[in-house]
Amino acid sequence: MLRTIGQRLADSVPTLLLVVTLVFLALRLLPGDPALVALGENATPDQLDLFRHRMGLDIPLWRQYLVFLKDLATLNFGTSFMNQIPILDLLAASLPYTLALTAAATAVGVALGVPLGVLAATRRGRTADTVARLLALLGFTVPDFYLAALLLIWLALGWGWFPINGLGESLPDQLYHLVLPAVTLGVVKAAFISRLTRSALLDVLGRDYVRTAWAKGAQAGRVIYRHALRNALLPVATGLSVSILSTLSGSVAIELIFGRPGLGSLLIGAIETRDYPVIQADLVVFAVLVVAVNLAMDLLAVAIDPRLRT
Amino acid sequence: MTPLLQVRDLVVEFRFRRATIRAVDGLDLDLDASGTLGIVGESGSGKSMASLAIMRLLPQPAGRVAQGSIIFEGRDLLALKASAMPAIRGRDIAMIFQEPMSALNPVMRVGDQITEALHLHERIGSAQAHARVMEMLELVGIPAPAERAYAYSHQLSGGMRQRVMIAMALICRPKLLIADEPTTALDVTIQSQVLDLLKRLRRTLGTATLIISHDMGVIADVAERVVVMYGGRVMETADRATLFRDPRHPYTRGLLAAIPRLRDHRRRLHQIPGSVRPAGPPRPGCPFAPRCDLARPVCAEQDPPRIVLGEGHIAACWAVAEAVS
Repeated sequence: MLRTIGQRLADSVPTLLLVVTLVFLALRLLPGDPALVALGENATPDQLDLFRHRMGLDIPLWRQYLVFLKDLATLNFGTSFMNQIPILDLLAASLPYTLALTAAATAVGVALGVPLGVLAATRRGRTADTVARLLALLGFTVPDFYLAALLLIWLALGWGWFPINGLGESLPDQLYHLVLPAVTLGVVKAAFISRLTRSALLDVLGRDYVRTAWAKGAQAGRVIYRHALRNALLPVATGLSVSILSTLSGSVAIELIFGRPGLGSLLIGAIETRDYPVIQADLVVFAVLVVAVNLAMDLLAVAIDPRLRT
Repeated sequence: MTPLLQVRDLVVEFRFRRATIRAVDGLDLDLDASGTLGIVGESGSGKSMASLAIMRLLPQPAGRVAQGSIIFEGRDLLALKASAMPAIRGRDIAMIFQEPMSALNPVMRVGDQITEALHLHERIGSAQAHARVMEMLELVGIPAPAERAYAYSHQLSGGMRQRVMIAMALICRPKLLIADEPTTALDVTIQSQVLDLLKRLRRTLGTATLIISHDMGVIADVAERVVVMYGGRVMETADRATLFRDPRHPYTRGLLAAIPRLRDHRRRLHQIPGSVRPAGPPRPGCPFAPRCDLARPVCAEQDPPRIVLGEGHIAACWAVAEAVS
């Protein structure tokens, strides 16, 4: 098992390198001169040169790349161009909130989606299946920012059950503030997971080893939960990584709507102020998260399926 | 001796929106306690569906028993509530399947799968259960059972997997074991080992066995009585010696002639012309008629009579009827 983990970790290094390289190139190969964009049309050539020098843009691209990699390896992201705060501090202040939101949304998605998918698969073609299908369709088609607005209007403004925005003070208060954003992102995820669970479970329920479970005298509940579902969770885990990644990008809008700090808010703010070092660092963190989520889901699959262990 | 299993006029159908397909058409089976009965036939002859019908595990929702009775120890299994079946499956009637690779759960240790079968039917402590499982694994010829119990099915060889399946099926000492093509997926050398194991276990445990195979050699090796099926119908039934010495149905003769023999002077193996007619809606006439050398007009139009040729020797064939009269 440890060897497998080490193997997957090593496998993700090239991916990670590729992704951060893309971030590096994207910001430098975009049309337009960053110095001109950042300082505006009225900047003097001296000011532009000074900016380029401070940003390290006046050396050849390959040397910029080496410096960029060295800075990444030493976690030296530099300081924000806007307010001189070390970018590492900005990231450290935002990352936990994005992680908390993503984790909570994923928990909501799995907690709603898997049982709904099991219900639909075991009641195939009956009313429960149709209702589950309609719910999933609704979850798929409603954009998350629109759902966020609806939830805010009904549950926060209308009935006053939940806070409208912000972060909360104590831990229980923070969790309370997390409910609406997590539900918003989680409902979309649940729609996806329920369909995935349904099709995976239907596939598995027709397998020979499920027939073996019936043949040894197991009751329906044991056949479904003990023998079929664990096998069905493999494709679900793969789909879940896609879903978590879409939650990460979806959190950009949701953090704005609910007034939460996070990588998304940080990124939007940095784009508005053309704070290049912050944009770059934020994108790198997103890229690392993408690779980390894929790695985690890979390891989850290995934990579920002994055949994947080397 | 009271029969353990008595199947009468079993009809298995699959109902789809546009068509009804009859997979088994009027099957009779008799099996005494600790006896062995073989069902032989080509794929598509309905033999596997017959065995699943006995377990009441026909593929849902299309498959159903349309007619007939399955009397096991005096009770008609088809009259029982569905909720009564789990207590019978695995405890009284156990089953092993063709593909031990796909029939074992890939994400559960094989020892746990066997232990589960035991816990489903007996209130037994875990230490005792463990001892029983080890004893059973040893009985089916698995070396180092304590280690193998921790393996997953993909870590075992085909023969070991089928031994695990057999151990799982027999752990509760069932009265009837249904073995559906138990050796088809195995290498020839492993085949004979598994067949020897099945015979040895039947002797030591006294489990009645219903063995299903397309392979006359397997049937000849294991079964005391043989039912030859084709197109969902019984063509001929007899005890083993009679069937191999004096086959009467043209289909049985064709099957036996197709077995390769070492001292055969002919170059080519005998083969039955044509191929199996796909199962379809119920039709009158003999299903084998289109491929039969002795077919006559009546064969395609009317069901053949069942001709009793001796004690327990029955053939359903117009040509046989003509020859006898």
